[in-house]
Formats: sequence, structure tokens, C-alpha cells
Amino acid sequence: MVLEFQEVRKSYRDSEGTVPVLQGVSFALEAGQTLALTGESGSGKSTVLHIASGLEAADAGAVRVAGQDLTTLDDPALARLRREEIALVFQQFNLIPSLTVAANISFHAALAGRVDQAHIESLAGALGLEAQMGKYPEALSGGQQQRVAIARALAARPRLMLADEPTGNLDEGTAGQVLAQMLDLVAQTGAALMLVTHSPAIAARMDRQLHLRGGRLT
Amino acid sequence: MIGACLRALMSHWRRRPLQLLAYLGGLALATALWSGVQAINTEARASYDAAAATLGEGQFDQLVPRQGASIALEEFLALRRAGWLVSPVIESAQDGLRLVGIDPVTSPTGLSMLAGGIAPGEFAGRERPRLFANAESAARLGDRAEVVINPDIAPGVAIGDVGDLQRLLGRDDLSRLVVLPEQPRLQPPLSEIAPGLRLQPSQQVADVAQLTDSFHLNLTAFGLLSFAVGLFIVHSTIGLAFEQRRGMIRTLRALGVPLRMLIALISAEMLMLALLGAGVGIVLGYAIAGLLLPDVAATLQGLYGARISGTLALRPEWWLSALALTLLGTAAALTGRLWQIARMPVLAAVRPRAWSMASAARGRVQALLSAALLLAAAGLALRGVGLIAGFALLGCLLIGAALALPLLAGRVLRRAEARATTPIRAWFWADTRQQLPGLSLALMALLLAVSANIGVSTMVSSFRLTFTSFLDQRLAPELYLQVESAGQAAAAEAFLMARGKEVLPLYSARSEVAGQPARLFGVRVGPTYRESWAFLGSRSDPWESVEAGEAVIVNEQLARRGSLWVGDEVQISPDLRLPIAAVVGDYGNPQGQVVLSEAMFAALYPDTHAASFGIRTDDPASLREQIVAELGLPDSAMTNQAALKAMSLEVFDRTFTVTAALNVLTLGVAGFAILMSLLTLADQRLPQLAPVWALGLTRRRLGRLELLRALVLAGIVFLCALPLGLALAWVLLTIVNVEAFGWQLPMYLFPLDYAWLGGYALIAALLAAAWPALRLMRMPPSALLKVFANER
Repeated sequence: MVLEFQEVRKSYRDSEGTVPVLQGVSFALEAGQTLALTGESGSGKSTVLHIASGLEAADAGAVRVAGQDLTTLDDPALARLRREEIALVFQQFNLIPSLTVAANISFHAALAGRVDQAHIESLAGALGLEAQMGKYPEALSGGQQQRVAIARALAARPRLMLADEPTGNLDEGTAGQVLAQMLDLVAQTGAALMLVTHSPAIAARMDRQLHLRGGRLT
Repeated sequence: MIGACLRALMSHWRRRPLQLLAYLGGLALATALWSGVQAINTEARASYDAAAATLGEGQFDQLVPRQGASIALEEFLALRRAGWLVSPVIESAQDGLRLVGIDPVTSPTGLSMLAGGIAPGEFAGRERPRLFANAESAARLGDRAEVVINPDIAPGVAIGDVGDLQRLLGRDDLSRLVVLPEQPRLQPPLSEIAPGLRLQPSQQVADVAQLTDSFHLNLTAFGLLSFAVGLFIVHSTIGLAFEQRRGMIRTLRALGVPLRMLIALISAEMLMLALLGAGVGIVLGYAIAGLLLPDVAATLQGLYGARISGTLALRPEWWLSALALTLLGTAAALTGRLWQIARMPVLAAVRPRAWSMASAARGRVQALLSAALLLAAAGLALRGVGLIAGFALLGCLLIGAALALPLLAGRVLRRAEARATTPIRAWFWADTRQQLPGLSLALMALLLAVSANIGVSTMVSSFRLTFTSFLDQRLAPELYLQVESAGQAAAAEAFLMARGKEVLPLYSARSEVAGQPARLFGVRVGPTYRESWAFLGSRSDPWESVEAGEAVIVNEQLARRGSLWVGDEVQISPDLRLPIAAVVGDYGNPQGQVVLSEAMFAALYPDTHAASFGIRTDDPASLREQIVAELGLPDSAMTNQAALKAMSLEVFDRTFTVTAALNVLTLGVAGFAILMSLLTLADQRLPQLAPVWALGLTRRRLGRLELLRALVLAGIVFLCALPLGLALAWVLLTIVNVEAFGWQLPMYLFPLDYAWLGGYALIAALLAAAWPALRLMRMPPSALLKVFANER
């Protein structure tokens, strides 16, 4: 099992008191599987993603990634887990603007200490980025930037890939292309993918779909 | 991982070379001005130390003649025979050099300062007199003696064996005797062995290092101000770099870089760059110090008679301290930002302009801090005592006002916005207000620089006016004659009196009054003194009581240091105590002076002859010729009043050359701060400018408005700097000067000078804004369109 949530609970405090976001969420994701997490705005989709990546801590319940219980790990151990086992793809791309496309793609792999130049080149080729390798992110279109973000995530050979609305900033045609490329590459690497989306069409392309409503899976 | 992270962090600077230039430039400028000033101070102090080590002045008691300046060899021998352990010293001034002869065997200092370790045999006993001096003094000695160059000898001094010096000077007497610290227990009293000598305790000798402390403190304060202005740039750049890298930092954290490592790497990166900037600054500082040192040397010589070396050494004391201070300043600026990173949630939304958005809470804290500092300044002005309190007052005043500037400017701009009659004007004022937080550090730097300029120039110009009128009253006689012996004095007086001139003989002697070393002057009270001297405080007709031997006049330095004023009594000699009839302003020397009548002086010092005469004459040139022809005195013994005034004013002007140079440099640094802030903000401004461009304003007009904005902001800064600068001048004139030099000066205003300075500040701001504005005018439309395409 690559990812496992057991009775995970999370709430936030605001000016009006405590707001429960997740109320006992449980699910599991195996290697090579793809999972879509859907739900309305504020339903807690992103919170699930953040807890799965160790960026946020659950209030209660158990979260395991690659067999490790996140609730027992300190900040350096969580950081190591993100470096070595998890890759994140954000809606806003989150590339490093001062690094070239080539440096951005190899960056996560370099942090994990497993740069494989041939793998990087093959990813760049598969995503149509060969001509852009020497450019800086500001010179790329939105679709190209998201392809770079996907290449960066996969170049690190993660066991778990987490994507938060990865095509939310792209037009429909580009979104379809980018998603198809991402799913192909994820299938090739054997990683598990959890993708958060609003779009039923995108969700339909995943192996499994989970829907969050009122902090519970339905 | 470390390498990949460092490469990512450093890539920011590669992509933003201007920001890197601002950071390094700010550091370099801050370090340059600070280290330059410190280099000068260290060099001067090293010179004082060398003088103290060479001559032992201030360290040992000395025996000096009660009258005159000569000790007979017999008196020295009598003392030695009676068991007094004294070391002979002969001294003479020639061509601006101080020639000092010591006995290398008995001198308590003498040879110890010579790093080369010179054996007594090498020191003396040669056919030609041999002198030791540094290279500068050696060049001036010429071939009068065999000169050995030794860099450890104090500047302006040549030292040799007492016998060699006697031969060289053609004298057989001594100037003073240094009393060795270890003396036999049972010594016959001095009055029995050598009644013509008196013991001068070590602390009574004027300590040049102490005298010049205030001058160096002033330089240090200016250096610190420049350093602070430079650090504003550093603080501003660090803030901007952190904001721009907020997204990168978040990504790094999300990709698994531990927080501690990230903080360590950012600290290492910034401090490494700080080291580079500080290194460049130290080189610049060395160059600045090299340029300013001759003027400082002239100032110290003119004001205090202190000689310092004209050549600059790369001493670790100043460059290491400058390096440490710069790194500390950078670390202080970094700490707040690192704290923000540590507290920043990894998932926080990136707000590229968050840096330039001041929160209301921050504004309130700033207002409170500013009010507290200004209140502290007021408290120090009313109750503070001492030079340190004076500088603390300056610090509170300047920082308090700097913190208040953005708040005041915000209010002004809000009012202007409310009164705007067209949409463009309303946008202009609103946009200018929105820019304030991003520019506030640069504007504060400009405020400090402009107000320092106003304050210091007001002080210097007020001082110059006062000094000129002081010269007019003190140098009333048209001709001055110096004499060397009692015979010459008597002949000169008789000659001049016979010609019906008003003759003003001047007698002087060193003494101690009110616990301070002071000089006593005997004067012949007459119309010149009565008409030309103006007093800071006096009883009615003070000269009447001075002439009658019933009172004295003291200078301001003595009065303030001794907490004395008109009516108080001072002990002039063991059996003479007289009231003070008047206190006179004296801007020519830092030491205390007491003016007595000629008769009173003669009663106290019957064997002292007048050393100089002031002569009232309508035709100084012809009188000068007559004195040479008929009295046989050399022409060089006379000085015309005009020449003396010109020389005094030259010394005065050179004194403030350094201040003027530091003023200009500080203004330059502030201009650089504005330029760098505007350039680094320019890219971030596009999201604000692009919509206005899209709505129909041309790029050219937007560029012109950017220039106008810089002028408006500089104008607001200048209006705030004017009262602040005048307050600064007031503190310098009435508090710092009194504590540092012992005199208080009247404050004059120079509106035309301020208008010019305002013009310079506007020009500096305009020049700083010109480049970013030009870039905006020439920006391709595609760059502006990217704002709407969300592709930036």
C-alpha cells in the first residue's frame, strides 16, 4: 500500500470557532493506481492532499505513506519523505523562476539524490519540452510550465504523486493533452497518483473516484 | 541536496543582477564610509600612542623651569648628585619638526618604542649627530644630521641623543627633566636642590588623545550615520529578495528541504555575499581614508597641535571591526526575515507585493516607536548630561523622525488624493501612496542624509560666522611682533611707545585653574580691549576691575568645564583668589584661559617678559620696515593681522573639509538607495501600471508620471528634513559642541543654502527615477500584456 488514510480527522479554527473539515476519512491507494478526489469548494479535498504529503498534520487518525506513519514523524523526517517518496504538482505550477527548465526538471531528483539524465531527457521528450530546456519559466506558456512541473515530479521517481488541480489553470485542449501525458508517464513509472479535481471528466479518467462532502467520503 | 539548494538560491541573484548590485553596493557603501572614518581614527590614535611612547608625555612627572624654558646643566647634575632619578630632555622646534634629545640610558621610554631594538651605542657617540624619525619627518630634516628612518617614531618628531641634539642646536642647557617612577625614599626636597624648577605631575600635561577624543567622536558619529544609511539599502534589498523568493522557499519546503537546512543555507548565502560586499567596502574605505587623511591631519594640527601620520596603514583594528560590524548589521537585517520563514506556513499563498503592503498594525507599532523615540529625545534634551547623552539624543531624534516619515507622507498623499479633481490625478496620488511602503526605507535614508546635511552645514556656517567675528575682536591690532628675550621685549616696547602707538604686550604662563590646565595671560588694558572684546556674560565694565587687579576674565571652555560663571571666584595662585568679571567666547583653542592685568601678572611672574606684542598702527608695512631697520629684529618675527586672519580661516575651512566630504558621500549613498529601490520595484509595478496603460495612458505619460512621483516624494522628504535638520543643528550647537569643545555657538539660518540643498535632493531623486522611468517608456507592449495573460 502506498497511501493509507484511517479515520483521519482535521478541523480549523476561525473567528466563529472550530470548523471541522475532515470527519473520519479512510481510504487506501496501491502502487500503479490512480485516484480522483472530487468535491465542492471547501469540502476538504486539498486538506486530504496536504495531509497525505505531510505538509499538514491530521488531528486524529492514521496516515501511512510507503508504510511510514506520518503522525509519528518529525519535520526533518517528513521533509525526507517528501524528497524521496512523494512528488507534488500544483495548480500554480510552482516552478523556480530563476532556474532554467532543465534545472527545474532535475531539481527534485537532485534533492532526492537520484538524478538520472537519460530519464530526464526521456521525460522532456515525452512532454515536448526538448526545445525549451535552456529557457526560463517566464518564457513558457501556462501549459508548458505545467508540463515542466509534471516532468520535475516524475524525474524524482516518486512512489506517490499528488496533484492539486494540475490542469485548473489551462484551457480545455491543453488540459486534455497535459493530463493524457501525465497519466501515461505515471503508468510507465508505476507510481500511485492521487489527483484533486473539480472536473467530472478528468475524474472519469482515473482508476477510482472518491467524492468528499461535508468532510466525509461518499 | 545542499548543492542543489544553494544553486537554486543563488540562481535568484543571477537572474536579478541589479538586486545583487543593490545588496553588494549597499554593503560596500556602508562599510566604505564607516571603515574610512575608522581607518582615519585608528591612524590618528596610533600616532598619539607613538608620540606617548616616544616622548612619555602624560605618563611621567616632569621637572620644568618656573620661569623661561631652560634648565641649566648644573641643576640637573645637582639633582642627580642629591639622589633624584631624573632623565634629561632637550627639545626644540625647527621647520615644523619637533627635535627631541633624550638620554637613552636613563630615559623611561626612549628606546622601548623603537621596534628595531636600537642599542644605546648605536644611538649616540658618533661624529655626526644621528636622529631617528619616520620617513615623512626624515625628508624634512634634510642633511642636517644622519637620519635613521624608523616608522615607529611619532609623526613630526625627530629623536636623538641629548648630547647630539645639544651639538646640533648649539645649546648646552636642557628643556625638562623626566622624573623616573622609582625614586629613593629619602630625597632632599626639590626646593632645596633646584628652587628654579617645579614638579609638573603627569596628569597636568595636556593629553592630546584626550583633547582630540571629541573630534574623533564626531567623525565616528558621521561614519555611523553613513553606515546606517547604507544599511537601509541592505535591509531594503534583503526584504525584497526574501519576498521575491517566498514562492521558491515554499516550493523548496514542499519538495522536502528541511526548514533548518533552508535557514542555514540562506544565512550562509547572504553572509557570504555580505563578506564580498564588505570586502569591496573596505577597499573603498581605504581609498576614502587616503583621500581625507591629509585634511584630517591638517585639522588636528590646526585645532589641537596634534600630529598624525600622513600615510595610511592597513591596520587590522579598523578593517576587522568594519567587517564585523557589517556582518552584524546584515545578520540583524536577516534575523527578522529568517524568523518570518520559520513561521511561514508552507502552503501560504504567494503574494508578490506582500512586502510592499504595510499592515495597519505595523503602522501603529511604527507610530508608537517613533513617538517613544521623539519623547526620549525631548527628555535627553532637557535632562541629558555629557557627550554620550548628546549623541544618544541625536540618535533618538533621527531614528524617531525617520520612522515617522512614511506615516506623515501617507497622510499628505491621502489628503492630496481626496482633493484630486480628475481620475488620473486621483490614481496618481493613490498609486504613490501604495508605493510608499516599498520605498520607505530609501526615503528614510534620504531624510537622514538631507537632514544631516542641513544640520551640519547650519552648524559649520554658524560656527564660521561666529569665528569670523571672534577673529575680528581678538585680532584687532594690525601688527603682531614676537620677541625672544627680555632685552628684545624692553627695546621693542620703548621703540613703539616712543612712536605713540598703542602697544599691547602679551604675557603668558601655564598654570592650573579650577582643577584644569590653563594658560594665564597678562594684558595691558586699553581702548582696544575695551572696544573690541564682546562677552558671553559680564558685570558692568569688567575691564575696569581687571585693570585694577580686582577680577579676571576667563574663557568659555574654562567656565563651562569648571561650572563657573560671572561673579564666581577662581584661585589664580596659592595666595590669590579673584572673582570672574566676564566670560569670553574663545574658538581658537580647546584649553582654559584666564586674562589678568599686566601688573597682576608681573606680580605673580616677575621674571617673565612679554612674548609678543600687538600693535595698533595705520601703516603696518612701514612700521614693519622700521622695526627691522631700527631694532634689528627679523621680519619673520612679525605677522600682519590680515595674514593671521587668513591663516586662521584657512585652518577653519580645512577643519570642515572632511565634514563636507562626508556630507556629500552620505547624500550620494541616499541617492543610490532610491535608485536601487525604484529599479527593484519597477518589475513589481507592472501589474499596477498595465491596467492604466490598457485604459488609455501612453507608456511615455506613465514614465513622466513616475518621474513626477519621485519628485513629489523627494519634496515631501525635504519638507520633513528641514525642521529635522534645524533641530539637529540646534543639538550640535547647544549640546554636542558644549560637551565636546566647551563652547556654545549662536545658531544662524541660511535659507538660500537650504533651497540649494532642496534642489540637489530633487535632482538626486529625479536622476534615480530617470532610469526606471525610461525603461517603462521603452517597454514593449508584449511585456505589459503578459500581466493580463497570467504568464508572468
